[in-house]
Amino acid sequence: MRELHADHFESLEVQAHAARLGTWIFLCSELLLFAGLFTLLAASRAHDPRGFHEGMTHAARTLGSINTGVLLVSSTTAALGVQAMRENRPSRAFWLVLTTATLGLVFLAIKIAEYAEHIDEGILPGGHGAWFASHADAPLYWTLYYLMTGIHAIHVFVGMGLLVWTAVRVRARLIVHETSYKLDLVVLYWHLVDLIWIFLWPLLYLA
Amino acid sequence: MSYLTVDKTVRSWLLTTDHKRIGILYLGAVLTMMALGGLFAMLIRIEHLTPGPTIVSAYTYNRLFTLHGITMVWLFMIPSIPTTFGNFLLPVMIGAKEVAFPRLNLASFWIYVAGALVTLGAMLAGGVDTGWTFYTPYSASSPSAVVPTVIGIFIVGWSTIITGINFIVTVHTMRARGVTWMRMPLFVWAIYGTSIIQVLATPVLGMSLLLVGVDHYLQWGLFDPARGGDPVLYQHLFWFYSHPAVYIMILPAMGVISEVIPTFAHKNPYSYRAIVYSTLGIAFVGFLTWGHHMFVAGMSRFDAGAFGILSMMVAIFSAVKVFTWSLSFKQGAIVLKTPLLYAFLFLFLFIFGGMTGVAVATMSLDVHWHDTYFVVAHFHFIMVGGTLTGFLAGLHYWFPKMFGRMYDETIGVISVILVFVGFVGTFLPQFLLGNAGMPRRYYDYAPRFQPLHVASTIGALVLASGLVLTLYNFVRALRRGEHAPDNPWQSRSYEWLTASPPPKENFTKSPSFSLDPYAYDQPLENAHA
Repeated sequence: MRELHADHFESLEVQAHAARLGTWIFLCSELLLFAGLFTLLAASRAHDPRGFHEGMTHAARTLGSINTGVLLVSSTTAALGVQAMRENRPSRAFWLVLTTATLGLVFLAIKIAEYAEHIDEGILPGGHGAWFASHADAPLYWTLYYLMTGIHAIHVFVGMGLLVWTAVRVRARLIVHETSYKLDLVVLYWHLVDLIWIFLWPLLYLA
Repeated sequence: MSYLTVDKTVRSWLLTTDHKRIGILYLGAVLTMMALGGLFAMLIRIEHLTPGPTIVSAYTYNRLFTLHGITMVWLFMIPSIPTTFGNFLLPVMIGAKEVAFPRLNLASFWIYVAGALVTLGAMLAGGVDTGWTFYTPYSASSPSAVVPTVIGIFIVGWSTIITGINFIVTVHTMRARGVTWMRMPLFVWAIYGTSIIQVLATPVLGMSLLLVGVDHYLQWGLFDPARGGDPVLYQHLFWFYSHPAVYIMILPAMGVISEVIPTFAHKNPYSYRAIVYSTLGIAFVGFLTWGHHMFVAGMSRFDAGAFGILSMMVAIFSAVKVFTWSLSFKQGAIVLKTPLLYAFLFLFLFIFGGMTGVAVATMSLDVHWHDTYFVVAHFHFIMVGGTLTGFLAGLHYWFPKMFGRMYDETIGVISVILVFVGFVGTFLPQFLLGNAGMPRRYYDYAPRFQPLHVASTIGALVLASGLVLTLYNFVRALRRGEHAPDNPWQSRSYEWLTASPPPKENFTKSPSFSLDPYAYDQPLENAHA
């Protein structure tokens, strides 16, 4: 039988432990990246509460809330995929992971529709655009809205890529029951992306 | 068959996943960056030989000191010790065959090279004149190549994070039998603490610099007061990384010193645990001190007091280390060799730089010294002096391990003296200049400052000659140095218990260490892998 672990590791358990630990540390690093942005958001909001209030009242609350639902469902299908892999049902896992990635795509499509709507209204980051000629409130809310949802969207995009890649590897038996931790790690990342959205949603959409 | 001779093709080097070869690749890269940053420094010093224009225009001068800072901080000092000695030695010191993620390790190196090339390309595309700190709002409107430079640094940040994750996981999962947490060589602890800072601080810097790039390129005005942004907020974000970054530079150097002193004093460290806990203490408190860079940027008296006191806590942990190192010599059998001389130089610069650090951590004094040459001299003494002497101590100490050759001891000693005289000669006058009111980053200066500027430039020339001599010593050793025995210093530390240079798998059989890495009370024969 083919060796399941690289030869510098003592055993598959050690390799899985290393991969898990590495992923968790990477997620901490990601959290700090967003922590900088959340700090920026908090400080800017304290600086300009009126502008933020006006911005949030105008935000696309319905689309934002639908997207929250989409991501929550996607995290559920991802978790079910992990469970399927642990039960040694790779075909079921494959479809669940692929569904998760598709829901990511839905999220991005809705996000693009939302951006398009705002850009149509003349709302661009940095106070650029026609909208700001007739609206006195500070552009900072909108700049941060585009910045934070944009960086989050990049993470969704990367997560989708990882999910598809992992699904293909499950299909090709490159990830098997014994090495199902590899799927766990990608799903862990997906949950983080979901979790960050759970904070972005009330902070940016719910006035 | 050593790791050097196992496969000699260029391809086998450039695509290697052997942590030792990656360490050597990094060594070549960071030495190149150091030479480049040093060249910029020399040009700055020559410019200051006379007040007014000497060799370059004011705009070029601004770009030179910015490039000096960027090159030295992100391309030399941050990666210097962790990526070279860390890569080469950390797995050997814990008896592992490899780091946990060898392919990521190689990726980290090439990402570093890519980031360095983008940054250097930005220099060719016109350079940057904002200072290495990229303070807003100027950095959003500067006519220079801000965007490619911050992108280059952002890319280098990825390499730093990947290396940090790799080392943390390696220490947790790859230790051989006998290497418990409290029996790891102290250098491993230092790299471990550093890695934690790298992983947690670097993303904040990456994000902040990208925002500067966005502000510059798209005029989003995130930090522009005219558009409702807050420039001081940028400073908070920047220093949240850049102060801990100082400990990314100094902790690994402290790790080197913690190895060199026991080996050359032939004695165990006075307290192993004191060094470990103070390392972790510095890594932790280092995250809480960033505000002391902003005492005059608009800060409440309460905040300033809090940041001042937290900053001084670093001095407590540092003092614990200095006393522990000093006491380690007690009843030792001291052998004065080049690495130990560099360790002494480290202690001198570190104590001097550290004391001035406590002074500038008090707001009342900092108001006088802020943005003067005093601060420049302070951080060069502690951060550069510490990192450089630690790096040089390590280079001499582990050169036989890495290449299997001995450097020339006489040339080594002469170069230590030149580096000592040159370093103090460069920066002692700068303390005096700053105290007398010479502002940092100014192109022009009042004629009364000239004698001290000239003295500083002469010091820089001596320092440069010491470094060139060191380089000559190593090149000479590579070509015709004596072959090194496996353990030329009779050290007990684990990396010396295998061949010099080590085989590809580090140890010929899976090691199991029976003695502590500082068991100098035991005969050398008892120490084996």
